[in-house]
Amino acid sequence: MYHALWRIRLFEAQVQRLAATGEVPGFPHLSTGQEAVAVGVCAHLTRDDVLFTSHRGHGHVLAKGSDLKATLAEILGREDGLCRGRGGSMHLVDAANGVLGATGVVAGNLALAAGAAWAAQAQGKQNISVVFFGDGATGAGAFHETLNVAALWRLPVLFVCENNGYAEFTSREEHSNVTHVSSFAAPYTMAAKTIDGNDLPTVFAAAREAIEILRNGAGPYLLECMTFRMAGHYVGDAQQYRSKEELAAIRDKCPIERLKRHLMERGVKQDELDTIGERAKQEVQQAVEAARAAPRPDATRVLEDVYRSPSLNAIPG
Amino acid sequence: MEHTFIEILRRALDEELARDASVYLLGEDVAAGGAFGVTKGLAQKHGDKRVRNTPISEAAITGLATGAALCGLKPVLEIMFIDFATLAMDCLVNQTAKYRYMSGGQLAVPLVVRTQAGAAGGAAAQHSQSLEAWFVHVPGLVVVAPSSPAEAYGLLKSAIRLGDPVLFIEHKRLYTMKEALADDAEPPPIGKARIARAGKDVTVIAYSAMVRDALEAAEILARAGVSAEVIDLRTLVPLDMAAIAASVARTHRVLIAHEAVRNGGVGAEIAARIGTELFDELDAPVVRVGCPFAPIPFAPALERALLPGSRDIVRAACQLLGLEAPAQE
Repeated sequence: MYHALWRIRLFEAQVQRLAATGEVPGFPHLSTGQEAVAVGVCAHLTRDDVLFTSHRGHGHVLAKGSDLKATLAEILGREDGLCRGRGGSMHLVDAANGVLGATGVVAGNLALAAGAAWAAQAQGKQNISVVFFGDGATGAGAFHETLNVAALWRLPVLFVCENNGYAEFTSREEHSNVTHVSSFAAPYTMAAKTIDGNDLPTVFAAAREAIEILRNGAGPYLLECMTFRMAGHYVGDAQQYRSKEELAAIRDKCPIERLKRHLMERGVKQDELDTIGERAKQEVQQAVEAARAAPRPDATRVLEDVYRSPSLNAIPG
Repeated sequence: MEHTFIEILRRALDEELARDASVYLLGEDVAAGGAFGVTKGLAQKHGDKRVRNTPISEAAITGLATGAALCGLKPVLEIMFIDFATLAMDCLVNQTAKYRYMSGGQLAVPLVVRTQAGAAGGAAAQHSQSLEAWFVHVPGLVVVAPSSPAEAYGLLKSAIRLGDPVLFIEHKRLYTMKEALADDAEPPPIGKARIARAGKDVTVIAYSAMVRDALEAAEILARAGVSAEVIDLRTLVPLDMAAIAASVARTHRVLIAHEAVRNGGVGAEIAARIGTELFDELDAPVVRVGCPFAPIPFAPALERALLPGSRDIVRAACQLLGLEAPAQE
């Protein structure tokens, strides 16, 4: 899992670099500093489990096992990308791997995740559904509507809130009196817990417990992971709304540094960890080279796949 | 034997539930029959897992239906009034409509959103709107607006079997209309208009309940010696331009009628397409009949004053032909 954290960290560093050079179109959002949530939760998921995520979703997609190159190629808008360049950073889908999608709308796919859980329940399947979202999503009505119906129908859906203390540029104190997102669960009689989301062993244990409850058919679960956005809201955000002290605390809170300390206290050697980090670096580097070499989409095919029914794709605009 | 629009919708849903185990009905009060009784008895027959009541949470239930459609179900979601689709717009526009495309063709959303629209009986400003143009504007959605019970039967079945997201708009004024159903009726393909009445002097393009008004108008016009052809579009997306072109080539005069406000309405799009693609066929500018730019009022006298109907179609058709309008009661 140390390796998985580094893969995400280095992958996003590359996204940031490629965005700065103009190779990444649009405005990618990085999850740097929040990797432990993705890795700790996804460690318990099978390929059949489905995952939905937010605009800050690169880490979740990679942690679920999607291919580094195909994911990066999508972020670069290439034909070999997961969505053949139609989706991009905020709309990653890898259906074969159970990644049913990121969304650019805050709180936009919480209900979709519940719907996927409903489909599993209705069809008597054993898979579960997981959705990652930020604390900013709790301001949306769809969040509350979805919690209500998910609890009412006892749907096997895990709501994972990454509470990084910011809704875009505004701190949590400024947009809600409710400090902990997990406290929204109780009125709907949903199980919930708030944990330290930057400590991988903590996330791993809490996610295992929550997912066990889901797999036993005992309804949805809201897991609030207190975390820390080491990057800005988007690539290029100067973050003038955050204090120097807050930004200085980054290294202390970094989930990779923390896992490293944890492992070294338990006898793992520095050079073993360095080797793991180096391996992740090479994998990411190879993915970058492969993705950058991938072909760009054929512009003559821009009207394909608006509909599934082939006859409908010929609709003149 | 004749059946009402409501009974025929119920029959179509009943048959599709029986035919395909992945079809599920979802919506506010649907297990109890729904606000208009369309789904009455279906929960008893098919079980309350297949016909499922939801909280009054349009955003969430539209998301639920969309997510389930991504994972193997074919949900038929009821949004009680199209006016409340406003609460589901984020999902419909940003997720449901775009999933196929955004995923590069990996996923599809076989979802039908049944909703009920239009003005009748003092339902007033928030339960009477005709908002179809909003959905016509969103690539990825199919928009169906049947004009009669028999039409609704086939089109609903086709919509459920299509495999793409469909907004299925039922006009409340049609709910009590009765019609017989042919035993061997094959569901019509999505995207094919029909000629509801053949004629040679003027083409009246309509959909949903306005087809009834257009047929009434054609009858009045016939008595005045004018032969009007009525095209029932059936689907607004896709739009059957071939059927429109064939008719315009016969009549050379076109009138488009809908209950929605004219401003930015579906008629504007059709008129523009005709103007661009069929300009040489036209003997006169395309005319539109629709609601003036105002909300639907409550008082019956005001509602009647605002809503377009057969009388407006007759008047507009005569104007188009340079004739004096026949006296109408």
